[in-house]
This record gives sequence, C-alpha cells and structure tokens, in this order.
Amino acid sequence: MIPAPFTYRRAWSVDEAVDLVARDGEDAKFLAGGHSLLPLMKLRLAVPQTLVDIGRLAELSYIRDEGDHIAVGAATTHGELAGSGLLARELPLLSRAAGQVGDPQVRHCGTIGGSLAHADPAADLPAVVLTLDATLVARGPSGSREIAAADFFRGLFETALEPGELLTEIRVHKPAAAGWAFQKFNKRAIDWAIVGVAVQGNRVSLVNMGQTPVRAAGVEAALTGGASARDAAAHAAEGTSASDDLNATRAYREHLARVLVRRAVEAAQA
Amino acid sequence: MKVTMTVNGSQVDAEVPDRTLLVHFLRDQAGLSATNVGCDTSSCGACTVLLDGRSVKSCTLLAAQADGRSVVTLEGLANGDGELHPVQRAFRAEHGLQCGFCTPGMVMATVSLLEENPAPTEEEVRTALEGNLCRCTGYHNIVRAVLAAAGERQAS
Repeated sequence: MIPAPFTYRRAWSVDEAVDLVARDGEDAKFLAGGHSLLPLMKLRLAVPQTLVDIGRLAELSYIRDEGDHIAVGAATTHGELAGSGLLARELPLLSRAAGQVGDPQVRHCGTIGGSLAHADPAADLPAVVLTLDATLVARGPSGSREIAAADFFRGLFETALEPGELLTEIRVHKPAAAGWAFQKFNKRAIDWAIVGVAVQGNRVSLVNMGQTPVRAAGVEAALTGGASARDAAAHAAEGTSASDDLNATRAYREHLARVLVRRAVEAAQA
Repeated sequence: MKVTMTVNGSQVDAEVPDRTLLVHFLRDQAGLSATNVGCDTSSCGACTVLLDGRSVKSCTLLAAQADGRSVVTLEGLANGDGELHPVQRAFRAEHGLQCGFCTPGMVMATVSLLEENPAPTEEEVRTALEGNLCRCTGYHNIVRAVLAAAGERQAS
C-alpha cells in the first residue's frame, strides 16, 4: 500500500510551514511523525495534495520549565516525552502515558501535536491533556491563539483548529494536583485502547468512551464530595456514549470504564 | 523528488516519487532486501530499520522524511569481514528465528533497545519488542537471544 500521489515540501521554520499550507488551502496538511496521517493516506481516508513536513523543526521540539507551567513543543516525540526527567518530576502522567503509546518504533516517530491534532477518540494523549487542563497554542496565517484543551476536541477526528492552523505548543500549569494514574485496556500491547483512564488529582478523563475524550464528571463530583474510589468509579460511564465495534460492545466498554476508573483512582490515591 | 541518504555508511541518492515509502526506497533504490514488508500498517515491525540510530517502521515513513539522514538496515550490522554483529550472533546461537521473516525487524529493534537500555530485564525485553510480531510465535527464543546479546555486550 502506498499513498495517492501528493507533493512533498519540507518547511525550515514554523512561519514557512504555515505559509506553505496557506498557499495550498484545505488540500494541504502538516506532516510531523506521520504515524497517524500516513496510515490514513494509504487507505485513501485522507488524500491531501500537499504535505508540509514539520518533523525536523527544532523550534517545535522541546520540553521546558517556564516557571508557572511546563511547555512542550508540538513536534516532541512520544519517546522524548517518556524519557524526559523534567516531565517525570513535574508531569509524570504525561510522560508515563506517552511511554505507553504504540510501541518503541512508533514512539520514536509519533509526536504529541500529531496525536492531539488527529483527535482519535481511542488515542491516549488527548484524554491526558484534558485531565491536565492543558492550554494548546495554535499558529495560523493571522497569528497565534490559545485554546483550552476542554474546547479543543470537537468530534470524531475533529478539533478546534482552523484550516491552515498549526498546533505549536502544549502548556500545563504546575504544580499538578497530587496523585495521578494512567490505565488502559487493550488486547495486544500495540493496539489502541479499548478504554483508557487518565487521573490527576480529582480530575478524571476517559479514552474511547465517546467521539472525543471526555471528563468523567460524575466520578469527579463524587471524589470531590469525599466518596471512596469504589463508590466514585460506579459513576464512570455516566454521560458517556461509547461505540459498539468489533473490539467491544458499548456495555462492555462501560464495564471497563468503571473497573479502570476504580483501579486508576486507587493508584492515584495510593 | 531527489532523495539522498546514508544507508549503511554509503550515500544513496535517487529520483523518486514524493509518495515513496522508506521501505521501498531501501529495497528498490538501495537494493537492500533484508528489510521486509509485512503488514504494511505499522503493526508487525518486519520493516524496522534504524533512522539516526533509533528503530522506526520504514513502511510508515516517507523516503523524503529520511532525506539527508542516516539509515541502517540489517545488511549494515555485520562488519566488513563478514563477522556478525553480536545481536545477530545471539539470534543464531539461541535459535531466535523460525521462518525468518520477522528476524531482520527483530534484530534491528533489539539493536535500538540495547542502545537505549543496555541491561534490560526479561520483562523490559518483552515490552520493547511489542511492536514486532513473530507469526511462528517463536518469542521465547527471541527473548533469550536478546538477553544473551545484552549479556555479551555488557561483557565486552
């Protein structure tokens, strides 16, 4: 399988990348690690006319302590997130979740920005940034703007990014609330999560329980009210809209959500 | 587009369509056929090569993404005298292969693993090889081979 023909361009700066994509309009896409986009292109589920490669831009690859927040460049790979001592200290939820994305080869290529912009509801990192209440920075032809993670995921593979906008940075306030955990359930290690859970303090988000990552509001309210992990986890499937597919029925996903939330909250509180 | 990369220490350049995948560049332009196309969907790992020293799945990268960079395939591991790389020796000694189709990818994934973690535990080896499937299910000997290679690497 090879993708349909397209024109490849390599950008040497973020400004150039934004210009190149603006020139070709909606037929152009940014290419970072390519580990979400190229599989779609092989299947003809995406048929861009132009790919603008941002994968080598050093200005998009960093993990920095900015005092009141941690800043992560959008083209930072999952492997770099997983290996970061700074993240291990300040945001272990992000580094540990990134270390469970795909497999080592995928983590050497795939990027946090690519994963968030792709917005697959079965992906791990969208739920993590939602739990961390991250701010996402996007740059387009008319400049930069900040988007709250809560406003970023709009639907299946759909985000608040406008055509031509490039996700450039992920910011997370520090210190993060005490207690964190990441759990996912899948059949083979390299598969997407059938259901996953990200916990930081009393904030709890679910992977693959709807068209977007979702906060488990019932669980959070119960935890804030002092409920035990077991009692809070009983609310895990409330308000979710998990799909039926060949991996699992909706009812099974709801069961998994309750079990994984209980385990994750217990781990976070331990 | 013109793509130039260093493959196993030698420069390879070729005019290829922009959509050319790295695995096809290696097999068809560089003439190196050890790197296999297995699932073609970044699941099986048979196409694993090193890109700037790190394991990647060459079926899910464009040749253009490797332009100007350094690639090592299985053919690049043995030294000029034909002496096998320690990981290759360990796979042979421990019978870490059955049909052999997954072997180039397993070996390259192992080389990358041992660069990042020179003394992995058995569990770490199994986790690090999650992205490489062996349809013969010969995993036990593969894991033994990786541990043996790590031991030899530490000793030398």
